[in-house]
Amino acid sequence: MIHPIPSGTRDVLPDETREVRAITDVLRGVFERHGYGEVYTPALEYESVLARADMAEARPAYRVFDETGAVLALRSDMTVPIARVVATRYASAEPPLRFCYFAHCYRGVRPQRGQPRELLQAGIELVGAPAPQGTAEALTVLCHALDATGLKDYRIGLGDASLFPALMASLQVHEPVRKGLLEALVLRDFVGLQELLAESGLSGEAAELLLDVPQRRGGPELLADAPAPADGAVKGLRDVLELLEPAVAERIIFDLGLVRNIGYYTGAVFDVYDPALGAPIGGGGRYDELLGRFGRKLPAVGFALGVDRLHIALAGEERGTGALALAGPSGPGDAGEPVEPAR
Amino acid sequence: MSSLHGLTIAVPRGALFGGTVDLLQALGLDTDELRSNDRKLLFEDIGVITMRPTDVPTYVEAGAADLGVTGKDVLLEQAAQRSAEGGRDVYELLDLGFGRCTMVLASKAGPDPAHEALRRLGVMRVATKYPRIAARHLEETGRQSEIVEVKGSVELAPLTGIVEAIVDLTATGTTLRENNLIVREEIVVCTARLIANPVAHKLKAAAIDALLEQLRELPAAERGRGAPEPA
Repeated sequence: MIHPIPSGTRDVLPDETREVRAITDVLRGVFERHGYGEVYTPALEYESVLARADMAEARPAYRVFDETGAVLALRSDMTVPIARVVATRYASAEPPLRFCYFAHCYRGVRPQRGQPRELLQAGIELVGAPAPQGTAEALTVLCHALDATGLKDYRIGLGDASLFPALMASLQVHEPVRKGLLEALVLRDFVGLQELLAESGLSGEAAELLLDVPQRRGGPELLADAPAPADGAVKGLRDVLELLEPAVAERIIFDLGLVRNIGYYTGAVFDVYDPALGAPIGGGGRYDELLGRFGRKLPAVGFALGVDRLHIALAGEERGTGALALAGPSGPGDAGEPVEPAR
Repeated sequence: MSSLHGLTIAVPRGALFGGTVDLLQALGLDTDELRSNDRKLLFEDIGVITMRPTDVPTYVEAGAADLGVTGKDVLLEQAAQRSAEGGRDVYELLDLGFGRCTMVLASKAGPDPAHEALRRLGVMRVATKYPRIAARHLEETGRQSEIVEVKGSVELAPLTGIVEAIVDLTATGTTLRENNLIVREEIVVCTARLIANPVAHKLKAAAIDALLEQLRELPAAERGRGAPEPA
């Protein structure tokens, strides 16, 4: 007999569960050590509450009616529910506030693409800590957490969601053109971007900058060479860099074209890459305006790691390098001690 | 023998193969074995994997190759239909210029049967290998349609009367003419594109930028030399 489960969902059996548990235990230890208290929130929320945030591509995909006819939605991330928690349960608490979570989130999938409908995310939210200090703290916790799992070769792409819009504004790109240019960048379509720029009537020099700047990525030298119109956002990145300890700073790849597919990011944004995986393991950024939508105007920053992707990357590195700290034969206490980073 | 800047490249078999291999050779890759052995799929020592053009985005997105060459038609067909869903998560870095074809709507010569069907039956039936591009084009132009997906010779469908029109890629229009079909509308011009895996684009930035630089400096003649797709 066949009793199917929806595509993009999985039963997790004991061998895998042990390995996943080892990862989440290590992460939880690091988050707690940095002062981030774990929270649970309901998987189902009122749709109207979640809709206060601009989620763009990551918006909730599944809705049900409750017994009174109200529309409930399955959460698609934990950032929005935690923003709600801060505004309601901590309405007058002194910031900064630090939370971590390990929770399943639910996203719509495209068929036949192996995308998860239900994904386990591990992450933190740091509320009430402005840039650059808050951003530097989040990046530091991120690196400490990944180091502790034993992931070796990861890098963090760091950009700023306000950079390209600021560049367009200072080059006086016409309002109707801006949307199309940003969309091409979000779609990672540089050919389309170039075509739009050619049709836009912008000066050759301006068009060149708008095509070239978002393709710049590399070490800190990038920040020194950035053109004047991008100065504000680049200065923000420089300020963050100055606050990072060397072990964290050397993981950073500056990426002036980085945009994420969630709408609520306002400043620094980042993605976690590992050569063992073709897609980012996780990412995050600043969302300084989201909390205001829930009635408590506070700057905030956070990140989420896809636990399954992290697991795949660790397994991939293990196959590639043969020496990984994670898991091993899973006896009790195996993952109790965070492992020192390789470098 | 070695790969280009240590990068792995997904090369499409079929119409774009010649142009792609010429380009790789112009960039300094030793392509002798690639040209002579059409059964082998994996050329590890030169960092090349070969596959159908429609599979190139799949392998590049998954990170099996850092870069890939495929047609814009393939990318459009696999792209997002609505803004809520993303397309393939790959970078589209460069228009390589070769493999130039046009996506067209064609129907039997004479009074347009598609027009007639739309007027009298309210819907036109369209056969295609590109159901998403076809559906989007007809939706954007406000016409009701019924898309019939076929895998082989699309020209057969209107000749046998199962559809009134086709949406297909054509370079010279010869196949269409031979089957008594005429182009009614041009939908989009498609050329070969260089795509990149999003993680490789960051972690191998220097290598990819060096290759892009090399590509931009190639004389136009070497970049656009690929043979047009037979149609």
